[in-house]
Amino acid sequence: MAQGSAQGPLQDPLPGQPGAVRAVETSLADGEWHRLHPATPLLKGGVALIAITGIVIANLRERLLELFFSVPTYGGDPLDEIYRRGMVGWALLAVLGVLLLVMAGFYLSWRMHSFRVTPEAVEVRSGILFRTNRKARLDRIQGVNINRPVLPRIFGAAKLEVGVAGQDANVQLAYLGSGHTDALRRDILRLASGARQGAVSGAQAVATAGTAAGPAVAAAHADTAPHAGPEGEAGAHSGHRLAASVGALVTQRANEFLAPELDPDAAPPESVVHIPPLRLIASIVVSGFSVVVIALFIVVPIGVANRQYWMLFSFIPALIGVASYYINRFTKGLRYTIAGTPDGVRVGFGLLSTSNETIPPGRVHAIAVTQPLLWRPFGWWTIRINTAGRSQQNGQNASNTTVLPVGRIDDVERVLALLLPGAGLQPEPADAAAPALAVSVGMPPAAGDGALAGAPDGALSGLPGAAPVAPVAATPSLIERGLTSRGGADGYTNAPSRAAWLRPFSWRRTGFALTASTVLLRRGVISRELTLVPFARVQSVGASQGPIQRRLGLGGVQLHTVAGPVSARLGVIDRAVSAELFEQLAAGAVASGASDTSHHWGTPQEAF
Amino acid sequence: MPASDERDAMTEPMTDAAPTTPAGAPAAPVAPAPEPEAAADAAPATGRLDLGDPTVWHRVSPKYLVVEVVGTLIGGLLFCAGAAAVWILGDQQWALWVLVGLIAIFLVTLVVEPRRVRSIGYQLRADDLLFRRGIMFQRFVSVPYGRMQLVDITRSPIARALGLAELKFVTAAAATGVVIPGLPLEEAEELRDRLVALAESRRAGL
Repeated sequence: MAQGSAQGPLQDPLPGQPGAVRAVETSLADGEWHRLHPATPLLKGGVALIAITGIVIANLRERLLELFFSVPTYGGDPLDEIYRRGMVGWALLAVLGVLLLVMAGFYLSWRMHSFRVTPEAVEVRSGILFRTNRKARLDRIQGVNINRPVLPRIFGAAKLEVGVAGQDANVQLAYLGSGHTDALRRDILRLASGARQGAVSGAQAVATAGTAAGPAVAAAHADTAPHAGPEGEAGAHSGHRLAASVGALVTQRANEFLAPELDPDAAPPESVVHIPPLRLIASIVVSGFSVVVIALFIVVPIGVANRQYWMLFSFIPALIGVASYYINRFTKGLRYTIAGTPDGVRVGFGLLSTSNETIPPGRVHAIAVTQPLLWRPFGWWTIRINTAGRSQQNGQNASNTTVLPVGRIDDVERVLALLLPGAGLQPEPADAAAPALAVSVGMPPAAGDGALAGAPDGALSGLPGAAPVAPVAATPSLIERGLTSRGGADGYTNAPSRAAWLRPFSWRRTGFALTASTVLLRRGVISRELTLVPFARVQSVGASQGPIQRRLGLGGVQLHTVAGPVSARLGVIDRAVSAELFEQLAAGAVASGASDTSHHWGTPQEAF
Repeated sequence: MPASDERDAMTEPMTDAAPTTPAGAPAAPVAPAPEPEAAADAAPATGRLDLGDPTVWHRVSPKYLVVEVVGTLIGGLLFCAGAAAVWILGDQQWALWVLVGLIAIFLVTLVVEPRRVRSIGYQLRADDLLFRRGIMFQRFVSVPYGRMQLVDITRSPIARALGLAELKFVTAAAATGVVIPGLPLEEAEELRDRLVALAESRRAGL
């Protein structure tokens, strides 16, 4: 691993004194070790443990009795039995002992679980016997996710997950007081952005936080009181104040529970996309899955009518599964918000269990805009992305790859503008140095578009900004055409007609377009798809040719990005075009990769 | 491919294509642009995908052919033995045809092997490593030096007996899959050090 030695240059902009550059809002991000929410062990598994113990005892009490007293007492009440034997004291003592042990274990695990946020990294250490220490370097952060599952939400706790690249390499801070979580995320992102705001003293920071968010401070009070309790610092509370704070706590919880997923002082208040619940429901109902369900509803009654009763028995569990799938999809898509913040795109969703992820700039590796066949009459699209650093083990996070569950074309364009700022895709000229570039090898008939043919070959290799060639207006329709066009001379370099042998339906639409910083791959006619990959995130470029492609003079191009639901590949394109595209992509990946400063997205651009 | 096939270029491969010297890779990222152009004019309809500068491909050691052939033979013998066992011991007639088919497949594989080995090549260009392999199914991969996360050297028993090693490049994308087999050990180590140094000097984020 060459990673270690790379640390030097990357950390250069961060001066050694951690106290000097601090504009943090919470005391949690001050570089000292902190503990998590005191209810953490309970939330993490304690409740389940208690429930399981209860079930086990309820079900096995007679067996247990038999085991411990070696007397067959079938039908007798265990409490009676204990009372009869005069062992009440011992029994109570045993229960107390077990309880104490469990509580001690909980307390210890909470006590030993601590985290700190320094200007360089987020660090978590945990474990009683086997200590683990996990550190996420801030310049490698791929996303910060705040999860609020139902139960912790009731307790006013939230899980903050710092995503770093790698399988399952995320650093979880579970659970934190809900009031701190958003502020802590802002702090982490601010530190990670490398933004050099003037040194702000701690007192100042607290003062600004106080004026900015009154209720948040109340929450902080409420949360720190039990937090400090075990350390014996909370003795000063009078009963009256306690009651008042409990009242405040309850209202605060209620407010939190009802508040939208975007807190107003951190993001523009408006989500750029609003999904009406009706559209969400319809989009879930109108899907390939529903076709299968309908088929099931037709097949099973027929089967039952023909005395195949086993079908009924397999049908009922399937029905439960189907219902839970729909409900899950629905609750996850509900209250969907997406908005741009200074520290990246924030995507929030969820009704009962909410999730709210911030993806810093330059962390989106590939984007796919797709439209299943059934959605076409409605003009709906969905957007999925590849990012590094997903914990792919639990299904709950897997759905986070969907950044737009369902939306129309203008929604898609707004979301893409957020995900790829300055990619030359926007209708308004985002940057003077971001003209759309297009390849013209001249030979494929589809590329014979007048505007495109004007681009001299090879001029495209000097990619971002350097080549103001072929200023094809980066009209909004580049995306729109990518989504809906049936092919032809539409700004995309498409596959030649002989590709029909391999892509009988979609060859007209199979093509690509290049902007200064992004490549757009278009494919599919039954299920339409547009894939966008920023050059700066391309890991490697591949070109391939099979025997049939060789006969037809075709080739394929692949862009290798980090693992995810999006695969950026162009199955067929003219051979010469594919060679040209390969070289351009390779050069573009090198150039953009070298000039990319998104690991510290807040630093001034002089780093270029 | 056709031009470079005859070049069993184990002749000091590291000297002629030092990535920083313009001599080895003349204006590498831009250079291939005119060539496909010319080729396209000549044969617009069909043709082989050809990328990179055809004169600076480094081929793998000819000894690597032995590794491949031995591997194919072992695999072939195991499969054929299985089919033969079913045919003779199990007294199943169809297994004879499976056996014949298997033998045919492995014979073809053996015949094609030399060309397949010769098709594996790499070149160090100004900013990226270009890798190719395959004749029937051709594959080219360009890995920018800055994207390399680590470089692995592995040696199988047969390769070790022949003094060969296998170099594997790992990027953040699993699909990259660039493995250069059949490099003499010292060359592999030298290449690894060179690539790590290059990756260091051009390190990009993820």
